[in-house]
Amino acid sequence: MTAVTEAPEVLVEPKRARRTKDPHNSFQASRTPAYLAVGLIALIWVIPALGILISSFRDPQAIRTSGWWTVIDDLFDAGTWTLQNYETVLRGEGFANAFVNSLAVTIPAVVIPITVAAFAAYAFAWMDFPGRTVLFAVVVGLIVVPLQMALIPILRIYVDLGVTGSFPGLWLAHTGFGLPLAVYLLRNYMGSLPSSLIESAEVDGADHYKIFTRLILPLSTPVLAAFATLQFLWVWNDYLVALVFLGVAAPQNNVLTVELAGLAGQFGEGAVSLLPAAAFISMVLPLVVFFLLQRYFVRGLTAGAVKG
Amino acid sequence: MSTPSLMKDEVSQPPRPPAQPGSRDNRISVWLLRILSALVVPAVLLLFFFTFEFLQDPRTNKALQIVVAIIVGVGGVWLLFWAMDRLVSALPDRAAAGVRPFVFAGPALMLLGFYLVYPTIDTIITSLRSADGSEFVGLDNFIRLFTESTYLVSLRNSVIWAIIVPIFCVGFGLAVATLADLLPRRTEAVVKSLIFLPMAVSFVGASVVFFFMYTFRPEGFGEQIGLLNAIWTTLGNDPVDWLRLPFWNNLFLMAILVWTQTGFAMVILSSAIKGVPDELLEAARIDGASEWQVFRKITVPTIASTIVVVWTTILITTWKVYDIVAVMTGGRDGTSVVAERMVTEFYTFRNEGIGAALAVVLLVVVLPILIINIRRFQEQEATR
Repeated sequence: MTAVTEAPEVLVEPKRARRTKDPHNSFQASRTPAYLAVGLIALIWVIPALGILISSFRDPQAIRTSGWWTVIDDLFDAGTWTLQNYETVLRGEGFANAFVNSLAVTIPAVVIPITVAAFAAYAFAWMDFPGRTVLFAVVVGLIVVPLQMALIPILRIYVDLGVTGSFPGLWLAHTGFGLPLAVYLLRNYMGSLPSSLIESAEVDGADHYKIFTRLILPLSTPVLAAFATLQFLWVWNDYLVALVFLGVAAPQNNVLTVELAGLAGQFGEGAVSLLPAAAFISMVLPLVVFFLLQRYFVRGLTAGAVKG
Repeated sequence: MSTPSLMKDEVSQPPRPPAQPGSRDNRISVWLLRILSALVVPAVLLLFFFTFEFLQDPRTNKALQIVVAIIVGVGGVWLLFWAMDRLVSALPDRAAAGVRPFVFAGPALMLLGFYLVYPTIDTIITSLRSADGSEFVGLDNFIRLFTESTYLVSLRNSVIWAIIVPIFCVGFGLAVATLADLLPRRTEAVVKSLIFLPMAVSFVGASVVFFFMYTFRPEGFGEQIGLLNAIWTTLGNDPVDWLRLPFWNNLFLMAILVWTQTGFAMVILSSAIKGVPDELLEAARIDGASEWQVFRKITVPTIASTIVVVWTTILITTWKVYDIVAVMTGGRDGTSVVAERMVTEFYTFRNEGIGAALAVVLLVVVLPILIINIRRFQEQEATR
């Protein structure tokens, strides 16, 4: 997989920023403890995830009766491994449907806010209008407002309109919650582009719409991608908003996180053996995005972790 | 900074025909046009989404819904913006220049108003009303929050979460970032990827992952399948139901959040550490400083502002944590936190007054950060 070999590079800063590893240096001697400490922490971090990955491929009966680490005894026994859990979870427990639902929620909930925010960001960066600074200060303030503030009033309105349980209600809610950060990030980026670019385009007779679509938007690809990965991750992994606005109104529309939480809440041995596979299904897409788009992923997270 | 000055000169620069005679700068009509143009895009979106039955019918083919949503979400929104822009262009030039910014920024502002500003005000008002919102009760809900033991437990736990989780995330993050810096490039990259990976996992997913760490079988009910109990019993102890262990269960839940957030702290701190000038570190080493002294006296002070940013960011995330508690314990056995209690109150118990009051508590704590952010923005603007 080329993605894997390439991806970790991003987590390491460019070469020039790299500390010189001088052989005469005294701290070369202290490498062994560093190896040990880092190795230990990395091990602690990996073990829980490894457990779930291994469990998901084990026989359901085995998951319930012995620890996942016992596979070490019969690692190469064909009877140890099975895809049965995945089949049960996808077909029987409706996770295939939930996966599609998650896509149906996530794709528009990423695309709509980016479009709306890009237009707004351009106006804030390159147009003059009354209240521009004040309105943008409001946007900055809204970034950290907890979305919990919106749950009660919006649910009340949704119930009145009869749109709980529908995807569009969720798209627009995620759009609203994602907008402050999107407008903020995009405006800062667009505003830092050289004004000579815009001026020369104007001299050539381009209007704002043209300048925005032909010039500014293509130049803003990096920040658009960073926000897109962040918003994707945020919506895909969201549990609270989906629970409240889709919730019990339309169980067929439940997304992966809601289904997974429901499965985890079922006491009973049957659920235990299905949980690892179910959890892994819910993680697959974010993990793929993580490996393929690590550059944007890190950038997006770095820029936007303060979201409300 | 090379941030360009805003449009002041830009408007006056391109030679434009003088305003039509008789088109008085009628402020009221321009403002009406501005508001109208800002409303059109969100209004059409709402109308479209909420009038087309098939988008709401759960039996509709999901693929069709997605396709329609994408066509509308991308194509439709673009088309609307484009059409509005054309319409505005038909106005007299001066009016067009006044209205156009609202065509661009208006839809975002309207959506923000509807989904964040209005609800915030509404929630604050709701927090001053009774459970069903029928009567005004003043600060009664807040008095209950700070006197009744149910809510005090949630508040106490949230405060403990907000103290402990950032400490561990920043601590581990700083440790890995510093130590991994001493390792060969490839090893460093692999280690950091592993620790960063949980960032991609949902809190619900992370909770399920840790279920297989914490799960418990009473003695005589079979082998322990939870790793923690397996280790614990191997050491000769009786199995423990970790998630019901008073007070400690909170720490076990916090570990899940630490697991997901440490990678974030590590990545940001790592790039800050690599930005510390080599000369500084070398000078200290030549002067005979030990590695620990270099770390404490040079590295940490140099990256202090980054540490503060990471700390606050994780603090905000921690303060609003809901999923982990909801999935793992449902707030039972003294593990409730504010955000979890809030959902239980308004969603399960239908007590909107208390629910809203808890949401206000969530807001109040981030308020200083909100104000600092706005101040910082204003300072930046002043220097543009």
